[in-house]
Amino acid sequence: MNDDKPLLDIENLQVRFATRTGTFEAVRGISFTLGRERLGIVGESGSGKSMTGRAILRLIRSPGTIEADRMALHGEDLLSVPEKRMRQLRGGKISMIMQDPKFSLNPVMSVGQQMVEALRTHESVSKAEARARAIAMLEEVSIRDPERVYDLFPHEVSGGMGQRIMIAMMLLPNPEVLIADEPTSALDVSVQLQVLDIMDRLVRERGMGLIFISHDLNLVAKFCDRIVIMYAGRIVEVCKASELRNASHPYTLGLLNSVPDLEHPRERLEVLQRDPAWREAPSVSART
Amino acid sequence: MTTNTHGLRDWLLSDEPTSRRQASLSAWYKGWLTFRSNTLAMLGLGVLVVLILAAIFAPLLASHDPFAQDLGARLLAPGVDGHLFGTDSLGRDIYSRILYGARISIYIVLLVAMVAPLVGLIVGTVAGYAGGWVDVLLMRITDIFLAFPRLILALAFVAALGAGIENAVLAISLTAWPPYARIARAETLTMRNSDFIHAIRLQGAGHTRIVTRHIWPLCISSLVIRVTLDMAGIILTAAGLGFLGLGAQPPSPEWGAMISEGRKYILDYWWVATIPGLAIFAISLAFNLLGDGLRDVLDPKEGTS
Amino acid sequence: MSAITIRNLNVWFGAGAERSDAVKDVSFDVAEGESFGLVGESGSGKSTILRAIEGIAPNWSGHVSIAGEVLGKRRSRQFYRNVQMVFQDPYASLHPRQTVDRVLSEVMGLHGFTDIDSRIGRLLDDVGLGSGFRFRYPHQLSGGQRQRVAIARALAPEPRILLLDEPTSALDVSVQAEILNLLADLRAEHNLTYVMVSHDLGVVGHLCERIAVMKSAEIVEVLGVGEMRKLEANDPYTRHLLESSIHSVR
Ligand SMILES: Nc1ncnc2c1ncn2[C@@H]1O[C@H](COP(=O)(O)OP(=O)(O)OP(=O)(O)O)[C@@H](O)[C@H]1O
Ligand SMILES: Nc1ncnc2c1ncn2[C@@H]1O[C@H](COP(=O)(O)OP(=O)(O)OP(=O)(O)O)[C@@H](O)[C@H]1O
Ligand SMILES: [Mg+2]
Ligand SMILES: [Mg+2]
Repeated sequence: MNDDKPLLDIENLQVRFATRTGTFEAVRGISFTLGRERLGIVGESGSGKSMTGRAILRLIRSPGTIEADRMALHGEDLLSVPEKRMRQLRGGKISMIMQDPKFSLNPVMSVGQQMVEALRTHESVSKAEARARAIAMLEEVSIRDPERVYDLFPHEVSGGMGQRIMIAMMLLPNPEVLIADEPTSALDVSVQLQVLDIMDRLVRERGMGLIFISHDLNLVAKFCDRIVIMYAGRIVEVCKASELRNASHPYTLGLLNSVPDLEHPRERLEVLQRDPAWREAPSVSART
Repeated sequence: MTTNTHGLRDWLLSDEPTSRRQASLSAWYKGWLTFRSNTLAMLGLGVLVVLILAAIFAPLLASHDPFAQDLGARLLAPGVDGHLFGTDSLGRDIYSRILYGARISIYIVLLVAMVAPLVGLIVGTVAGYAGGWVDVLLMRITDIFLAFPRLILALAFVAALGAGIENAVLAISLTAWPPYARIARAETLTMRNSDFIHAIRLQGAGHTRIVTRHIWPLCISSLVIRVTLDMAGIILTAAGLGFLGLGAQPPSPEWGAMISEGRKYILDYWWVATIPGLAIFAISLAFNLLGDGLRDVLDPKEGTS
Repeated sequence: MSAITIRNLNVWFGAGAERSDAVKDVSFDVAEGESFGLVGESGSGKSTILRAIEGIAPNWSGHVSIAGEVLGKRRSRQFYRNVQMVFQDPYASLHPRQTVDRVLSEVMGLHGFTDIDSRIGRLLDDVGLGSGFRFRYPHQLSGGQRQRVAIARALAPEPRILLLDEPTSALDVSVQAEILNLLADLRAEHNLTYVMVSHDLGVVGHLCERIAVMKSAEIVEVLGVGEMRKLEANDPYTRHLLESSIHSVR
């Protein structure tokens, strides 16, 4: 296996929405590559993080359009493959943990049924085996009493459990690339660490590539190898996670400062002051 | 003039409406714009508008009296002697009968479209919201109705109630509501435990208020879509009853009854049965196209966010 | 007198062999004007406690009293006027077909206010939204703006007590900062009592004076924010939680 070649190679990706009052550019020409690593995408709400993830899976609904000079998985051009092949890739080779777990789960189907169904569309396994694997996976994302949770409906699980169920569901088919959109926002720190551990193990042992989308810079800095910082559909800064403390962009610093900190309490939290010039600065490339 | 319409358009499309009226008008206008971009749906709407206008102005548009028999002019081919679509076996002008028949068809459709979804909505939302034995009971009843083929059940009802348009409407409504109840219940189930319903409950709102003000508005859109798509079926059932002599009674120019009469002559005088058949086809297709367009506008899962 | 008193609260789902206990034998007090935090493991029953107080948990037993008044199975409208809740997910807690104006005016109508128009204006100013947002639909609002509407809805009946279920976990850090500042201001202005659930100790530490730590449906420890900062915890789980929380970059 050639390890230098990136799993995912994206150049000048643009996502546009034609609205009645003009075109809205959600992602404005970003470039990055993903190897067998953990790539963090950070930015405030609306900066285009989720749209980037969805664009890779070609999951942008009309009136949205995707354009790119290059968008390839293992050299296979994702922009031109037919929809049928794309459906095979989705949930098989590339998986995405969607941001809103309760919204992504079918409210009138039990958690277990949904997991089994998702697995069986990509692999031909028996029902019993699928069930066993689903329960094992629920256990792995440290859900207590997975047998009980298997039969619960989405409204019967807690916020954090819903999120872990989504994670388990997406990890079941052993994807090569995992896009995790705010996968841990509803989890307490200790479970968060366990979930991150699982993803970490998949990256190290199976050579998975991980795109980790979050707005929590501290978390991303701890967990990822490389960080891409997005603002208004562009990349404003790219850095190694270990060098985040040397970040210079005022936006990055603003994101870092607005987090309440247990050890250093403040009377008031800082609120980001946005500078219109940030919008227009050209996008930084995150290709390696 | 142009600046004025531009001003109105901007006012309607504003992201920051400043009054209740502007907000709701703007929502309607945006829906209309989405609908308008669907050419086929606009075609359906156009056909329906033409049919409705034709029904309203039938006395002005008709070239003959729809009931006037002229045995000397039986079974004339289309175009002969000023009979645009020809005449039937009793020498009545088919074009005029089609126009008057549109009144009956539209009357049936509108009545069914009001009764059946309303019954379905009430049964479905109550079942879904209450849950427990209420749900089980109401859904078993629904299942019983669903177990029979629609036309057979309607036939049984009409046979029991007696032939005639009103009874046909009643029979069709009685057979048409179960699917709507199913849909409304499914929608209610997905909503019942959602936070926005909990939130209004936490304001001390009663069950009736929650169901009618908060759950109904979200069910209605999917019902409206389903009803327009079902219209074709309703018209066909009505025509079927007419065809079997159980709906509108002769000599009323109901389209189904007209086909039934023309059946005897289908080989030699094709137009007698075909013209009303085409009318049924046109109105069914129009409703279907309309339903597709409404789906784009109303479906909460698409569009909005 | 304490604003909230809870003694031996149990909440469970299902019955017989299916029964699962979501909250076991929980007791705590919240003083008038205090801000009390609930942290702990995911699925440990934090949201369920708030739901039990609000009366939307199906089965519960124990003693719950608000301002000295013991609560029965049913809640009166007067109760809902005093105790309000903000839900975890701002995307799910607003009716998708109702404008901000409609949401707020219905709530005020339910509680019998008459000067609805001027109240809505003031309320929107209070939560920092301004009148430009008054006639928007939820899909025209960002997550942070939706959460502000949800907070405005909870404030509409002028409650004394606000139950906050992870009010910021679905929001990005800069919006979170805005909402936390807003909550602090509102508390100072109206002398509100908060019970706030969060999994983020930083957030709880910022807003609350006392914190209860939950694990497996039970409260394992209640400690002050000072002790928390100094990592003075007795329970091993609390210590573990505190230790994994101190990791910020700067
Ligand atoms: N259908 C649409 N039409 C127009 N604009 C859209 C549409 N869907 C999304 N957008 C816009 O695209 C932008 C990027 O959205 P995206 O979901 O990628 O943000 P994000 O960075 O993931 O934010 P968050 O942290 O809130 O999830 C937003 O400003 C959003 O308003
Ligand atoms: N309607 C229900 N039916 C059955 N079990 C339920 C229901 N609602 C909640 N539970 C269970 O109760 C337990 C506690 O849930 P709760 O939502 O209170 O957790 P939480 O502490 O808020 O967690 P999180 O931080 O993940 O939101 C969970 O095990 C959950 O599965
Ligand atoms: Mg997102
Ligand atoms: Mg919760």
